[in-house]
Amino acid sequence: MSTVKAITGDVAVAEAMRSIEPDVVGVYPITPQTIIVEAYAEYVARGEVQTEFVPAESEHSAISICVGAAAAGARTMTCTSSQGLALMWEVLPIASGMRLPIVMFDVNRAISAPINIHCDHSDTMGARDTGWLQIYSENAQEAYDNFIQAVRIAEHPDVQLPTMVMMDGFVISHAIQRVEVLDDAVVKKFVGERKADYPLLDIDNPVTWGSFDGLGGWFMEFKKDQMQAIENAKQVSLDVAKEYAKISGREYGLFESYKMDDADYAIIVINSTAGTAKTVVDTLREKGVKAGLIKIRMYRPFPASEIVAALNNCKAVAVMDRVPGYVDIGGPLFEDVQVACYQEGVNIPLVNYIYGLGGRDILTSHIESVYSDLETIAKTGKVASPVNYLGIKE
Amino acid sequence: MIGKELGTNAPNTWCPGCGNFSILNAMKAVLAELSEGAPDLARTVLVAGIGCHGKIADYINVNSFYSIHGRATPAAEGIKIGDPGLRVICHSGDGDAYGEGLEHLIFAAKRNVDMTMIVHDNRVYGLTTGQYTPTSPLGFKGRSTPAGSIESPINPLALMLTSGATFVARGYSHGIENLKDIFRAAIAHPGFSFIDILQVCVTFFNQYEDYTARTYALENHDASDFDAAVKRAREWDYNSTDARIPLGVFYRHDAPVFEVNPADVGHKPAETRAELDKLLAQYR
Ligand SMILES: Cc1ncc(C[n+]2csc(CCOP(=O)(O)OP(=O)(O)O)c2C)c(N)n1
Ligand code: SF4
Ligand SMILES: [Mg+2]
Repeated sequence: MSTVKAITGDVAVAEAMRSIEPDVVGVYPITPQTIIVEAYAEYVARGEVQTEFVPAESEHSAISICVGAAAAGARTMTCTSSQGLALMWEVLPIASGMRLPIVMFDVNRAISAPINIHCDHSDTMGARDTGWLQIYSENAQEAYDNFIQAVRIAEHPDVQLPTMVMMDGFVISHAIQRVEVLDDAVVKKFVGERKADYPLLDIDNPVTWGSFDGLGGWFMEFKKDQMQAIENAKQVSLDVAKEYAKISGREYGLFESYKMDDADYAIIVINSTAGTAKTVVDTLREKGVKAGLIKIRMYRPFPASEIVAALNNCKAVAVMDRVPGYVDIGGPLFEDVQVACYQEGVNIPLVNYIYGLGGRDILTSHIESVYSDLETIAKTGKVASPVNYLGIKE
Repeated sequence: MIGKELGTNAPNTWCPGCGNFSILNAMKAVLAELSEGAPDLARTVLVAGIGCHGKIADYINVNSFYSIHGRATPAAEGIKIGDPGLRVICHSGDGDAYGEGLEHLIFAAKRNVDMTMIVHDNRVYGLTTGQYTPTSPLGFKGRSTPAGSIESPINPLALMLTSGATFVARGYSHGIENLKDIFRAAIAHPGFSFIDILQVCVTFFNQYEDYTARTYALENHDASDFDAAVKRAREWDYNSTDARIPLGVFYRHDAPVFEVNPADVGHKPAETRAELDKLLAQYR
């Protein structure tokens, strides 16, 4: 039912895409996503998939092609990184506003300037409030699993929203890892066929998409519905995860709690750094320090109350942002966690660390320093500096 | 200042044999000539797109500006319009200028911004390792089109002529004297000077033998004749494998440039204001 392969993150995503075999793919190459485009182009050329594959002239065109195709009723996918996602930005809220379940893979890469091809999360964090669902992955296996599940989540009748799935550029996209790849037939059965509600290709029932609705129209109600659909994605993703566990043996939650049951000190982190941090947690546990970790999977919708519940017994919590916040109250994940704690009436000392910008290395020693800061914070009850930088050159 | 002194310490990362080297050397030589008698090249700005071509900005010791992929042209326009006293030379790629940012190229030509636009046309995305571009031939087997591209190429010369470019030329990366001549003429031309350089990418689309066999210098051609220029530009459609490929200056025409005083092209803000004030006065 599955094969174990030694492949890079990019190839794992391409494998998932091959098994899903979407009707239309519109793409434009950009490092470190390029390998996905090239691998998929090979599958098309070899006749392994029947996808209409459009290597477009720009990302703006690529995502617009996806919008058109998805409105026509096709199952549609794209992938990009960094500036490519930035160039798609104008069209992202069009896809979500039209409730088109396009599934995108974004290989996280820093946004210019200065130009940088390496990993941070500034690309997708900049798109976090465009009405797309966002699912992050620690490694190639998760990228593969999340991408397949994203199709079901996006197309679910209670959701009907575009979804982007992420992994870290180079660290994961270009590193060879052990990945269990499901048989094509198993994946195909799992994703099924897309059933579009009002496809443009249904010539017996003509429809207009995206029309102007005026001041007296339903714009606000429409937006409220969209917010409800995003919220619905929480339960839907858990239901889909249960089904996916049946075919893969791997079940995913909204986030992963690692040794959190009795944790005094916790780190909240996104993507591959979770792997580095888990090693540190294990070492600290051996020394008797009650360290724990939360790794975000579903970032939009944001599992606010669920995260706060998981943190409730902690004495101090560090939130790691791989993106410059550009505000002195910290990075986006930190803001979200702070607001969530406030809303739930939970008052745990919180501290923010900005790390790994433009691919800057994040070492176990950095993570150890974070846990040791947390011990100090818990002891003194004071957060001396709420926003800090890890691994900055002096 | 001589050509050598215009070099930098940046290690060159182009593949050995890449056509970009002769473009670099020709540009350095021409800039060196231009700086003779003048104190320095402080008023020259080199703008680069993103791609192998863009690295030229690292290798020439003048003011330079790295734009983002597709936006070299408008960044160069902005620099020229912001300070019309600057000499602006823009190096872009076929992916950068003809694909990702094509609309800008058409508008820069239409506006006749006084700048030199040099497209390193290797007919492939070099930096991202070999995908088809708008000038790749039909059937091009690139990394995004392994079974062959199903699209015909555009003809950038014909496009620029019909978009209003006032100087249109084609060069070839294996002929440094020919490149120097074109660069000198393009930089001297007041207005939008467009040069498409057939730049050999030895790694992903090595057309060296083909170009060397088929290219020839334009002669008996009147560069002030627009129709003749279009005709010569269409001799080769960037697709056929037997047509001869003319090189040189196809078209040159003097027209008002965008960044001069707008009053010169019929827009007179002071007079308009006075008329408006007179009208409004009737209702006071
Ligand atoms: C918005 C955006 N999309 C994609 C890329 C990735 N990218 C960098 S260079 C390049 C192609 C360059 O091709 P070309 O302009 O022909 O330059 P060459 O490398 O051939 O000189 C691409 C697609 C990018 N940097 N930004
Ligand atoms: S890939 Fe092609 S264009 Fe780029 S440096 Fe090498 S030969 Fe030159
Ligand atoms: Mg090119």
